[in-house]
Amino acid sequence: MKNYCSKERHGSMRRALIRSLVSLPLALAVSTQLMAAPATSDVNTTGLAVTDDTVTVGILHSVTGTMAISETGSVQAEKLAIDQINAMGGVLGRKIEYIQEDGASDWPTFAEKAKKLLVNDKVASVFGCWTSASRKAVLPVFEQYNGMLYYPTFYEGLEESPNVIYTGQEATQQIIAGIDWVVKNKGAKKFFLLGSDYIWPRTSNKIARKHIEKLGLEVVGEEYYPLGHTQFNSVINKIKLKKPDVLYAIVVGGSNVAFYKQLKAAGIDMTKEKPIVLTISVTEDEILGIGGENIVGAYAAMKYFQSLPNDNNKAFVKAFKEKWGKDIVIGDVTQAAYLGPWLWKAAVEKAGSFDIDKIKESSPGIELTMAPEGYVKIHPNHHLWSKTRIGRAKDDGQYAVVFETKELIEPDPFPEGYQ
Amino acid sequence: MFQGYTAAELTSIFAMQGFAGLSLFSVFVLMALGLAIIFGQMGVINMAHGEFMILGAYVTYLTSNFFSEHLSSMFSLYFFVAMILAFIAAALLGALVEWVLIRHLYRRPLDTLLATWGLSLILQQGYRTIFGAREVGVTLPDWLMGSYAITDMIEVPVNGLFVMCLTILITIGVYLVMQKSRLGKQTRAVVQNRAMAGAVGINTEKVDRFTFALGCGIAGIAGSAFTMIGSTGPTAGQLYIVDTFLVVVFGGASNLLGTVASAFTISQAQSTMEFFLSGSMAKVLTLLTVVGILMLRPQGLFTLKIRS
Amino acid sequence: MKKLQDFTRNPDAVSFAVLAIVLVFILPTVLEIFRLNLVGKYLTYAYVAIGLVLSWGLGGILSLGQGVFFGLGGYCLAMFLKLEASSPENTAIQSTPGIPDFMDWNQLTALPWFWEPFHSFGFTLFAVIAVPVIFALIIGVAMFKRRVGGVYFAIITQAIAAIMTILIIGQQGYTGGVNGITDLRTLHGWDIRTDEAKYFFYYLNVALLFLVLLVACWITKSKLGRILVAMREREDRVRFSGYDVSNFKIFVFCVAAAFSAIGGAMFTLQVGFMSPSFVGIVPSIEMVIFAAVGGRHSIIGVVYGTLLVNWAKTTFSESFPELWLFAMGALFIGVVMAFPNGLAGLYTSYVKPLIGSIRPLLKERARLYETPDKGGPDMLNRGTAQ
Repeated sequence: MKNYCSKERHGSMRRALIRSLVSLPLALAVSTQLMAAPATSDVNTTGLAVTDDTVTVGILHSVTGTMAISETGSVQAEKLAIDQINAMGGVLGRKIEYIQEDGASDWPTFAEKAKKLLVNDKVASVFGCWTSASRKAVLPVFEQYNGMLYYPTFYEGLEESPNVIYTGQEATQQIIAGIDWVVKNKGAKKFFLLGSDYIWPRTSNKIARKHIEKLGLEVVGEEYYPLGHTQFNSVINKIKLKKPDVLYAIVVGGSNVAFYKQLKAAGIDMTKEKPIVLTISVTEDEILGIGGENIVGAYAAMKYFQSLPNDNNKAFVKAFKEKWGKDIVIGDVTQAAYLGPWLWKAAVEKAGSFDIDKIKESSPGIELTMAPEGYVKIHPNHHLWSKTRIGRAKDDGQYAVVFETKELIEPDPFPEGYQ
Repeated sequence: MFQGYTAAELTSIFAMQGFAGLSLFSVFVLMALGLAIIFGQMGVINMAHGEFMILGAYVTYLTSNFFSEHLSSMFSLYFFVAMILAFIAAALLGALVEWVLIRHLYRRPLDTLLATWGLSLILQQGYRTIFGAREVGVTLPDWLMGSYAITDMIEVPVNGLFVMCLTILITIGVYLVMQKSRLGKQTRAVVQNRAMAGAVGINTEKVDRFTFALGCGIAGIAGSAFTMIGSTGPTAGQLYIVDTFLVVVFGGASNLLGTVASAFTISQAQSTMEFFLSGSMAKVLTLLTVVGILMLRPQGLFTLKIRS
Repeated sequence: MKKLQDFTRNPDAVSFAVLAIVLVFILPTVLEIFRLNLVGKYLTYAYVAIGLVLSWGLGGILSLGQGVFFGLGGYCLAMFLKLEASSPENTAIQSTPGIPDFMDWNQLTALPWFWEPFHSFGFTLFAVIAVPVIFALIIGVAMFKRRVGGVYFAIITQAIAAIMTILIIGQQGYTGGVNGITDLRTLHGWDIRTDEAKYFFYYLNVALLFLVLLVACWITKSKLGRILVAMREREDRVRFSGYDVSNFKIFVFCVAAAFSAIGGAMFTLQVGFMSPSFVGIVPSIEMVIFAAVGGRHSIIGVVYGTLLVNWAKTTFSESFPELWLFAMGALFIGVVMAFPNGLAGLYTSYVKPLIGSIRPLLKERARLYETPDKGGPDMLNRGTAQ
């Protein structure tokens, strides 16, 4: 057996040598960069879709159905990152090509397409998914066929898979810093928790409640409405009755638009901070639908805002607008999606291989200094160290950053004492 | 549950809650009126009804953009223009759909369901291609966004009032058109007996097209009005379709006043329950109650006895 | 030979055989396991479509809530598999080991009572059929005894589908919420995710499908089937003839529910999870459309219809991810407008006459082979001689 293996290896090395000899004059003629490209047989031992000058990856998001609203930005960011990486010479001297599949806002379709990308197309990596439900649906597929998924959305945590790099924040990163800030700076004592009725808002509010109660403060109400609900007058009345200091809102999708429009129409002026509206679900993308004038004054706690003043971000925003139009906005998840291809490139280059197992190993500790949000680093639990920021919505649909944690916050998907 | 609140607070909350119920009621009526005409009068199950509403919403969006760019001095009035345009656009599309699709399917009501489902897929993708997958934000004139503070606690949203007035106007308008106008009378004649109506010289094809277009046009106005309270995106129309059908069926499909009555019952039940229970459970309980009543006393609400 | 001829003259038997050849021999040899698994998944929707042929095509009862039964069947099996996957060893890191992970996230500290019986495989198999059927029975009795029918029935079942979805998503501690019940791994310790298991489930699925087809065929051929058709055409006359119309409707509705439930259970096995996205309105309508495309009166036709629509969906969405809805919408409208009887209608009005015109020729040739003094037997003899 051992003999056979070494023979095979020897053969493939010889083939690689011959191939590189043959391509040598050509490579010299075209570019010196290609010479640096290591032989395919060395960097791809598991039969992924890697050739001498290309590597194929997958993009798996919903471009149809109800989630297309949210996932469009992620697709755009991933394509931009891939273009930029290609312009810099690709990964290990290979240009990235992508196969885009539509998850159609339907979880089984996500699983089907994930399997297609891994089994049929043998993609070297997949950038995709948005909702937790879609990630849960594809997770067994990625674990069984050993694929790599870069997942961009802020989510509820309670998960840690070697086959996934979570480039968004998990719940504690987003929630605890936000609540601490509002308690310390605004003297908030009474909280009203509101959410769309599914796992992310419920888990997030659970963590929020535990943290609020730990601080010795009070939760005066907690309410959930079905996804897509558009009538919030009753809950707004309840909020008026309970008079909380903070309305902690995790409403998603189309409901968001209805909720903030009705909140404003009911005479709750968010700029007067009575109550303070603090959300973790409204990015600049959502404001586009809500309308800046309807949410002005609300606070959001997340890791990225388009208005971040650092140079990385300025370059990123400029490139994004050049590619996708000057009116486009960039939200937290879009930025996290943009990190995916870069983190993958860094992991591949560190490992010197496209092999999934080697990427899994090399990923922890990878740093990006060019990230639009600043500096990020992959934790051994495959989440990112990141800062949390508080932004205040302006009427032009942008956030003004009013606070930023000093240190990077450690990702903790299974927080002790919050379950 | 009410401990710790003063009587004044409670009164104002009940007043507010009553108002919330009323605005839900007007939303239901607006959604359901167009469908009640199409479904109740013609027996066509229009699954694309939500998409006609969204067409109205997109027309409103376009109008608001046009006004803010070219007629910014008139911006505060654009909403009225938008509603008229929304009605016209939806009605024209409705007439086209009736001519291409629906008129071939009058004998097969359940098939209209399938065909209009296909139509709704096409319309959704059409919106997505034209306007993008993201939601669009419709800027409202300032006068529509405020609220009147009656007391410290009671604030009445202007757009809620506006929707209510609009609902009343449209309901009265539809009632008059259907009951008093020549076309309305012809429509009812065709519904009652197509062959006889044709025999006395009514152009039944024209009447059908008019009825369908009218229903779609009202959906367009509803969509225009909903930009004030809800979202405008390619798939937003689907959010409304179940509620809409339930309101129409619960009210007794062939009767416009029944639709209004049922919208009132359902909206009051839902907003009351929403206040005492959590949001999701209130919705489930409302739907269950409606379905339960429909199962137990169908004959009390609409005539179902089969007389063919 | 005689038997074979009888067989070929029986159109049902022929179409069964053709379908069997396609599903058992052609597809498994032509397709790799990934695609075959997809076909297996599509075939689970065919169970629903066959149920719809009985209730809608035959009985004229259109239910827009068949996804509910599909989902209930699937959930029953998923609950069993989830319990097996959540053994105390596998879930040692949870605060309460031994309960499904989503319950732990939702602070449940004990298994809810209605999950308990799903430790037993026998009970689960029983529940897969029984739970949806009992549910269908309740709906059926409530509606049909009150003579609710036609469009009203369709809309009420649609509302029921909406209620179920909101309930399942809202009660996430008990149901897994919007994520559904995921990460199902083994059945009695046997890994259901391997290729070998996938082949096994594919064939099991096809076998069950034929069982369901036979039952459906028997119902359409029986007196019951004829009463259903009579009811669809002239309900009052059937009633005046002394039949209790509602009982027949309830029965056929329950049968359709049972079929859907089997499909749901097979779905869970082959895909490895169950989620509320099958219970809602959209999937329920889609399943009606599968039936419409296949031909609502033909139990074999809907199997092809389901395969065709899903194949088209997969292909369109792979090649034109941003435009495939146009194609799907056009397909539905086209089928309803131009081919109201679907694929099966196409077959009977175009292909069958063609075969009919060829048949005399075939017969002629067959006769040639049978008569001893013509070349046929000679050739046979030559064949055996060599």
